[in-house]
Amino acid sequence: MSLTPSQTVGPFFAIGLPWPDGPLVVPPDTPGAIRIGGLVLDGAGEPIADALVEAWQADPQGRFADLHGHGGGSSLPGFRGFGRCGAQDGDGSYEIVTVKPGSVAGADGLPQAPHIDVSVFARGLLNRCVTRIYFADEDQANAADPVLARVPAPRRATLLAQPVDNGYRFDIRLQGERETVFFEV
Amino acid sequence: MAETPTTYEREPAGVHPPLDFPDYRSTALRHPREPLVLLPHGLTEITGPRLGPGRIGEHDGDLTAQHAGAPIGERIILTGHVCDTDGRPLANTLVEVWQANAAGRYRHRDDRWPAPLDPNFSGAGRCLTDREGRYTFTTIKPGAYPWGNHHNAWRPAHVHFSLLGRAFAQRLVTQMYFPGDPLLAPDPIFNSIPDERVRARLISRFSIERTVPDWAGAYEFDLVLRGPGQTPFE
Repeated sequence: MSLTPSQTVGPFFAIGLPWPDGPLVVPPDTPGAIRIGGLVLDGAGEPIADALVEAWQADPQGRFADLHGHGGGSSLPGFRGFGRCGAQDGDGSYEIVTVKPGSVAGADGLPQAPHIDVSVFARGLLNRCVTRIYFADEDQANAADPVLARVPAPRRATLLAQPVDNGYRFDIRLQGERETVFFEV
Repeated sequence: MAETPTTYEREPAGVHPPLDFPDYRSTALRHPREPLVLLPHGLTEITGPRLGPGRIGEHDGDLTAQHAGAPIGERIILTGHVCDTDGRPLANTLVEVWQANAAGRYRHRDDRWPAPLDPNFSGAGRCLTDREGRYTFTTIKPGAYPWGNHHNAWRPAHVHFSLLGRAFAQRLVTQMYFPGDPLLAPDPIFNSIPDERVRARLISRFSIERTVPDWAGAYEFDLVLRGPGQTPFE
């Protein structure tokens, strides 16, 4: 069977994709819940109002709320692990309510630093752009992370979410100065 | 529980459109210029969310039944299989669709094309695939509409599809087109896929078998997500 090609999400996805509870990776009253958010910016530094951001992550124990229980399923009550942000009246910002993920095994079975996989969709993106949120206050774990090690050192900072009140800030720059690192999945 | 992949194949070059495609003007300031970094598939990439029946509302599978009256337009059944490149069906996976109405207008604040809105059509649907990986929607055929990409640019009629698959690595957003549409040939978004045979995978086929007599025509559109990797990475 031959793979189906991607097409852009277009400017009008907000009639179909956003959910009222989309940004809730965890129920908002979960102990330790934080907010991670920022702006999605284009090559001119302008916020992209019609962007859709999706997040996928493990719980603080490094376990997923996935279909198959790979690695043992999460036991955190209400943990969905998945967040989706995008709105008809978007302003280029996104925000998810989540918990900081724990360490998760990488391709070689070795531990990775806490991270969140992110897909960005927008008008003008013919395929999703995939990036990862790492955490700037995880110096030791980040230094040993096998995926960050693949990223040219001067660009690693684009993957580090910075601590702010109630959580972290992570801007996504699709192009230009301080362009975010994107991955081939 | 069926055995599930622990790694996924790398997508062959030339299937997905390039992110930098000047004929589609909106790509200009939105495509990354730096090379992508290869992401080996760890647990985060081979897992995917459980989004099941709780995501599906009563009329989400029938876009013609979401309001008091019937929408204007040509009623159609839209159906097909979701499987991976090994041909294994993806059961119970979320399929989300959205589209313009029969006049080519989206129910969206920013759609300024002066075609009428249809009070009986919202244009969004959701369903889960069945055990064989089949999804089915009842809807109306969307209209074509002009867009500002270049002089006299028209989008061919299309339905947007969003699939979660079983794993982050399988996530796909695409568009489905209709056979014989003369607007496909000049459409930069359709033509952003370099290979004509690959492009053709996005064109549905009319299915007389799936029509409902005296009620609805039918189009078949199968979606294929990436399959398991042959060998673990490295």
